[in-house]
Amino acid sequence: MGISRRDFLKVSAAGGLMAASSLSPVPVAAREPIPRLPEAKGILYDATLCIGCKACMAACKEYNHLPADKSSPESLWDDPRDLSSKTVNIVKLYRNGTGQVKDREVDGFSYVRRFCMHCVDPSCVSACPASALTKDPNTGVVKYNKDNCIGCRYCQIACPYNIPKFQWDSAFPQIVKCQLCDHRLAEGNYSACCEFCPNGASIFGDVQELKKEAIRRLCLPAGKVADFPLHRVNSQETRQRLPAHYYPKIFGEKDGGGTQVLMLAGLPFEKLGLPQLGDESTASHSETLYHTIYKGMIVPYVILGGLFYLVYKNTSDQDLP
Amino acid sequence: MTEKSVALKTQVVTKPFVVLAVLAVVALILILYRFIAGLGAVTNLSDGYPWGIWITYDVLVGTALGCGGYAVAILVYAFNRWEYHPVVRSAVLTSVFGYTLAGLAIFLDIGRYWNGYKLFLPWTVNFNSVLVEVALCIAAYVLVLWIELLPTILEAYPDNARAVVLRRRLGKLLPIIAAVGILLPTMHQSSLGTLMIIAGYKLSPLWQTQLLPFFFLLSAILMGFGVTVLESILSSVAFKRPFETPILSRLAVVMAWMVVLYLVVRLADLLFRGAPIFTSGSQSVSFLVENLLFLMPVLLLINPGWQRDLRWLFVAASSLILAGALYRFNAFLIGYNPGAGWSYFPATQELLITIGIVAFELMAYLYFVKRYPVLPDVEHA
Repeated sequence: MGISRRDFLKVSAAGGLMAASSLSPVPVAAREPIPRLPEAKGILYDATLCIGCKACMAACKEYNHLPADKSSPESLWDDPRDLSSKTVNIVKLYRNGTGQVKDREVDGFSYVRRFCMHCVDPSCVSACPASALTKDPNTGVVKYNKDNCIGCRYCQIACPYNIPKFQWDSAFPQIVKCQLCDHRLAEGNYSACCEFCPNGASIFGDVQELKKEAIRRLCLPAGKVADFPLHRVNSQETRQRLPAHYYPKIFGEKDGGGTQVLMLAGLPFEKLGLPQLGDESTASHSETLYHTIYKGMIVPYVILGGLFYLVYKNTSDQDLP
Repeated sequence: MTEKSVALKTQVVTKPFVVLAVLAVVALILILYRFIAGLGAVTNLSDGYPWGIWITYDVLVGTALGCGGYAVAILVYAFNRWEYHPVVRSAVLTSVFGYTLAGLAIFLDIGRYWNGYKLFLPWTVNFNSVLVEVALCIAAYVLVLWIELLPTILEAYPDNARAVVLRRRLGKLLPIIAAVGILLPTMHQSSLGTLMIIAGYKLSPLWQTQLLPFFFLLSAILMGFGVTVLESILSSVAFKRPFETPILSRLAVVMAWMVVLYLVVRLADLLFRGAPIFTSGSQSVSFLVENLLFLMPVLLLINPGWQRDLRWLFVAASSLILAGALYRFNAFLIGYNPGAGWSYFPATQELLITIGIVAFELMAYLYFVKRYPVLPDVEHA
């Protein structure tokens, strides 16, 4: 009753096909990287202009109807320590040594705003099993629909920035994240954080224009006063100031497949708590591998057919009760 | 070849059964509390560690332990090794409870369970999501497992004409049921590994690899064999029945060769990617323990004398199960680091719920082997 050589080969071939598709170092059909949407909206955050006033945080809470997050023992103020289901936008501080000089890595300090980066190729959207997280086909805003959400929290595993937050203390919890004031965009308005930023540290606009503005700032000659727009990238309202010394990188240009929130700063972004990501989103790695194995369900059906044949042949040889 | 399975017909409510029942009731009360007060009230889960012991133990380890039915079915039905057929029934039974309760654990874990049906609607389901494949496949497999168990249940009613007819019809469907029953675990056990690809840098390079689906699949089959060996030995001891040593030692050799394959690919992948094997602190320790546990059964079973020694078979199978379990904990929790400021260790209530679920699983197993013909009839074998 040993195992026949032919059967062994057949089973091995079926299993081998499956294994080969997951083993091949060069993916059979790598998913195309997702390009930027032509009309994508976003925010340019310039840490060198940020004065840490937290006006954006107050505006964000007001216009998104979010509760206060009282962390101090006195429980008097809205003073969140980090992003949570109550706080989708926060200003944090980097500080080193004596912390005297702004935008300097050693013995200096810098503010950094953290909120959803609105990825070009969002991992949370790829991960979400029930399409509760979607990317708007026009604005590119990553939106949440509680009516589809099953609360599995795979988006939290997937997000490289740890942005989606969950209401742990609720019997009917939701995922909470920045949606770029999507409800205000629908009214022809723009993100509250940018409207209330007094210093032009956060400006709203088309991502293409934001990128041009970021490149312009990186190229500004030192020691010469320049114009910086307030609130919106194409605003007539500007402020004149001496440009700071920039760290030569636009965060979000390519990081993790690119983001619609772009950042400039005076020091390396990993010091500000941003992850070091490759030029591809993990969504593209995941989907490439997954769709390679399951392309058209061909491999599973071939295996099923092979298995059926084997089981049928093997069981008909047996005198089963 | 004729073989018969028998029900043990001994008393169901014993002292151990009562202890298990108490644990299950404690869990049930805590589960009710979870649905009233939210997940934060009974777990230590956080926005940094959104998946904890329920996913890692109950779902990942639980379904892998439930791969006994799958692993033995591959041998019997695909590789035509009918000498293993006597253990199919008890292996399927363990799988039924392992998978059904993993399904229950998922239901406890998802925050918006009332929206769960959205996974099954063509206009809301997202086929880019690896979790969809896992969820649909596990749901389908639970169904298939219960169908595989049906003949065992029906056999307990030989005087019922409808049961006899149904059993005969199921017998005709066996090839397709068995084929689907082998395909589905192949799909979702590998996809459970694919789940973590999207976590990117958050998972240590000791575990983050495009080969995650391969390692998850192979280790699940290995754990399935391990459980089958362990279960056979334990039920022989517990119910004072003769040991199935010849089958088990042959199974153990198959097992050992598969571990060799697993370890060779694992090591090659790590070296190819230049993963920091010794320089990842406590993660390195956990990594080394995991792989030594995999290596142990190979070292034990390389000796032909020890292959037939039940004590060493028991140790080898246990080591393999622990290895696969630790691999899962490593790939989902210990190797997972969302960034500074986050930590996770399960809360007492969280652990008690998991323990209660396992207790319930054991109670169901004990009830079934005593009331239904699951275990091979030794007098007739």
